[in-house]
Amino acid sequence: MLKISWVFASKNISEKSFIFAIVELYIQYMRREDLNLIEDVFQQFREWIDNRHEYAKSWKEKNQGKVVGYFCTYVPEEIIYAADILPVRVLGSHEPPTVTEPYIFAMYCHFCRDCLAQGLKGKFDYLDGIIEGQSCIHLRQTFNAWRLHIPIDYAHYIHVPHGVQTRHATPYFTKELDKFKESLEKWTGKTITNEDLDRGIQILNRNRELMRKATEYRKLNPPKITGLEAMEMTLASQMVDKREHNKLLEQLLQELPNRQLNRKADIRLMIIGSEDDDRVFMKNVEDLGATFVVDEHCTGTRYYWDNVTPMEDRLAAIATRYVNRVPCPSKDWPELTRVQHAVNLAKEYNVNGALIIQNKFCDPHGIEIPPLKEALGQVGVQTYPLEFDVTVPWGQFRTRVEAFLETLTGLEGLF
Amino acid sequence: MASAVEVKEYPSEPLKCWDQAKNLRKNYYEDYLHAHEKGGLRWAGGAWSFSSIPAGLGEDVYCITGEPYGATVAFFKDFASKCHDATEAAGFPRTLCAYMRNYWGSILLDKYVLTDGTVVDGHPAPDFIWQDHICCSHAKWYQLVKWLEKKRGKDVPMFSVDVSVGYPSDFTPEEDYKVDYIVGQLNDGIEWLEKVTGRKYNDQLLCDAVWNEMNATSLWAEVCALNQAVPAPLDEKSMYSLYVMGTLMKHRPECVAFYQTLRDEVKDRVKRGIAAVSTERFRVITDTQPPWGFLKIFREMEKYGAVSVGSLYTFGLIGMWQYLPDGTWIPKPVPPKKPQTRDEALQTIVRWTMHKPEWAHFYQPELKTKMMESIVKQWKVDAVLLHYNRGCEGLSVHIAENRLGLMEAGVPVFPFEGNMGDERDFDLTGTMARLTAFFESTGLKKLKE
Repeated sequence: MLKISWVFASKNISEKSFIFAIVELYIQYMRREDLNLIEDVFQQFREWIDNRHEYAKSWKEKNQGKVVGYFCTYVPEEIIYAADILPVRVLGSHEPPTVTEPYIFAMYCHFCRDCLAQGLKGKFDYLDGIIEGQSCIHLRQTFNAWRLHIPIDYAHYIHVPHGVQTRHATPYFTKELDKFKESLEKWTGKTITNEDLDRGIQILNRNRELMRKATEYRKLNPPKITGLEAMEMTLASQMVDKREHNKLLEQLLQELPNRQLNRKADIRLMIIGSEDDDRVFMKNVEDLGATFVVDEHCTGTRYYWDNVTPMEDRLAAIATRYVNRVPCPSKDWPELTRVQHAVNLAKEYNVNGALIIQNKFCDPHGIEIPPLKEALGQVGVQTYPLEFDVTVPWGQFRTRVEAFLETLTGLEGLF
Repeated sequence: MASAVEVKEYPSEPLKCWDQAKNLRKNYYEDYLHAHEKGGLRWAGGAWSFSSIPAGLGEDVYCITGEPYGATVAFFKDFASKCHDATEAAGFPRTLCAYMRNYWGSILLDKYVLTDGTVVDGHPAPDFIWQDHICCSHAKWYQLVKWLEKKRGKDVPMFSVDVSVGYPSDFTPEEDYKVDYIVGQLNDGIEWLEKVTGRKYNDQLLCDAVWNEMNATSLWAEVCALNQAVPAPLDEKSMYSLYVMGTLMKHRPECVAFYQTLRDEVKDRVKRGIAAVSTERFRVITDTQPPWGFLKIFREMEKYGAVSVGSLYTFGLIGMWQYLPDGTWIPKPVPPKKPQTRDEALQTIVRWTMHKPEWAHFYQPELKTKMMESIVKQWKVDAVLLHYNRGCEGLSVHIAENRLGLMEAGVPVFPFEGNMGDERDFDLTGTMARLTAFFESTGLKKLKE
C-alpha cells in the first residue's frame, strides 16, 4: 500500500511532515520498481533454466563457438572459459529415465541415470563435447555411456584427486589440469595463454563472489531471497554464459537491499545433501510456510563458496581452489570437514531445522547422514532425512515435512 | 519320464591343501582377535589396501580386511540380518555397500564372527586404520568405523591412500606424476604409522612384504591360468576359499607358501586330468562377488554339468595379469630383482598395483569387457553369468556396458540381480528358475536331481 490516504487525510500537516511523506512515497514507489526489477531477474534465471537448450544453441550460433557439457562441479570451468568454450552442466529432467536401463544398472543414483537419459533422448544434441571431473563412480558411468553411445566430438575425463586432504593432491592435480589444457588446445587448435586463464579465473571468481553476496541476504530475518530463488540463481549460473549471469547478479545486488519479501520466516530451514535441482520440492516446502535460508548442495552454495586465489602458476592456482573447496563427501576423508562446514552454515544463517536429502544409492552422502544429524543436533538444529528418487512422492513427503515443521514450531506439543 | 542324460565323467578328487586353506583363514581371524594378548597390534582396512606397508612395523601386526569380513558376515545369514537391522536403526540407508553395513553392524552389535560362524562378544577395535580409496565407499567406510569406535570410547587414528589415478596400459610406462602421487602418500603413511604406534619402522620388513605380495599375486594368477584346462581342475565355489588368502594376507610369507603349494597341486591335477566337477560339459564364468549366503547356486548349476571356472573377480581381485602383444592374457611375472630400499619398495609396489585388473573397470568399461572376452576365449567359456550386484557399487560399475560388449562379441550372457551381502535383495527361487531356462535354451538338460 502506498499509504496515500494516510498522507492526505492528515489535517494540520506541517511542511516537514509533508516533505517526509513525499520522501516516503518516493521510496515506496522506488521499491515497487526494485521489486519489478528483482522479479525480472529471478524470472530471467527461471527462463534460462527452462530454456537451457535453446539458450545454448543460440549462444553457439551467435558466438560461433563450441559448447561442452559437464556432469560434476569438479570440472574446472576456468580452463573451459579460457578456451572460449561455453560449459553447461548436464542435469536431469525428473522424468523416469526408462531409456538408460541397457547402459546403467538401476542401483546407481537417479541423477546419473537421468543425466544420461537427457543425452540419449537427444536433448543435448548441440554439445560438441563432454567433460567429467572425477567425483563418483555413478557419474563416471554417465560419462562413459555418453562417450560410447551418443555421437560426440570430444570427451575428456579429469582424474580429480579424491585425497584432497593430502599435501600431494594439489601438485598431482596441477599436472592433471595441464593435461586437460593440452587436450582442449589440441581439440580447438587454440593455444590457451596465461591471459586466457586469467580471464577464465576472473569470470568464475566474479560469478562466485556475486552469488556469495546474494547469499548473505539470506541471513536476514526475513531473508530477501527464498530457497527456490537461490537454487534458480545457481542453476542458471551452471547453464548460461557466466558473463551474462554476472550482469544480472550485479543488478540484483543493487536492488536487493530494498526488497521486502512478503512472507513470514519463523521457520528457517537448511537443505543438505547430494545434487539437488528439484525446484518443485523447494517450492512446495516453502509454500508450507518455511523458508530455506541456506543449503549445502553442489547445485547451491558448494558450487560458489570458494574462489581461485591468483598465483603465478595459473593451473596450480586453479588446482588449489578445487582441492581446498568445500568437498563433495566422496573426497572428504579422513576428517569430516563438510559436516563442520554445514554446522557453521547452520549457525551463521540461524537455522532451526535441516532437511537432509539422500539421493537413493548415493553412498558418499548416505554414509554421512548419522554424523551430520549428530553434529547439527549438537548445535540445536533438528534434522529430518528424506530419500530422493528421480520423482519425489510429494503426497507422502508433504505429510512428513509438515510433521517436521510442526516439531520446529513447537506445535507438536499440542497433540 | 525322461531318461537320465549320459555324459562323460572325469575323475575327481578333493584338494589336498583344502584343510590348510581353512586353517590359514581361521587362524587369521583369531590372530586379529587375540593380537593384544600377544602384545601385538591390530589394524583394519580394505583388502585392496597396501597391506605390505604396515608390515614394516613388525611381525606381530595383525589385520582384518573389511571385504572378506563383510563376506563372512553375509555367509551367516542370521548374523548378517542382525547387522543390517543395527545399521539401519543407526540411521544409515539400506542401499549402501553391503559389506560396509555388515562390518558396521558388527561394531554396533559389539560382536565378532569367526570363520566357522561362532559369534563372539566384543568387536575387537583396531589400533589404527590403514585404507585406500578407489570406489566411492572405501575411505568413507573406515571414516565411519573411526566415528563409531569413538562412540565406544576409542580414538582410532586413520590413514587412507588415494589411488584413483586411472589405469595404465600394459604397453606404455606408468605416468610418473601418478606414481609420485601415490608413493608420496605412502611415504607420509610410513611416518604416520611410526607416530601413531610409537614403533620404529623397519624397511627390511617392508621390502620382504612387498616381495611377498608381488609373488603371492603373481602365483594366484598362475593358479587361475591352470583352470584353462579341460576339465577345469578348480571350480569357482572352491576358488572363493582359496583366493581369499590373497585378500586377507597377500603380503605374508605363509600366503606365498600356500599359493606355491596350491599351484603345484593344481598343476598336478591338470596333468592327471582331475576335474573339480566330474560331469563338466558347460563352462561359465561369473562376475562380481556372488550372493555369499546362496553359494548353493553353484551346486545347482552342477546338476546341469555346468561349472564356473572363475571370473574376472576371482582372477583379478588379487591376481596380477598382463597382456602380451599378441593379445594373450597371462599371469604377470614378478620383476627379476627384489627391492632393497624403502624408495625402491614403494615405487615397485605402486607400479605393480596400478595394473590390478579389478581397478581397470572402474575407469572404462571397454577394459573389463576386453579382459572378460580374453577369459571367455582362453578358458573356453560357453556363457557368462553377470551378477548385477546391488551390494557393491565398485564392482558393479559399468556392468550394463559389459553386458552389451559381451553380447556384441557373441557371448551368451545371463544377467541376474542380487546382493553379495544382503539376502533381502536376492531371490533364489526366481534366479534359479531363470537360470534353468537359460541353460535349457543352450540345449543343456538336467543330469541329476
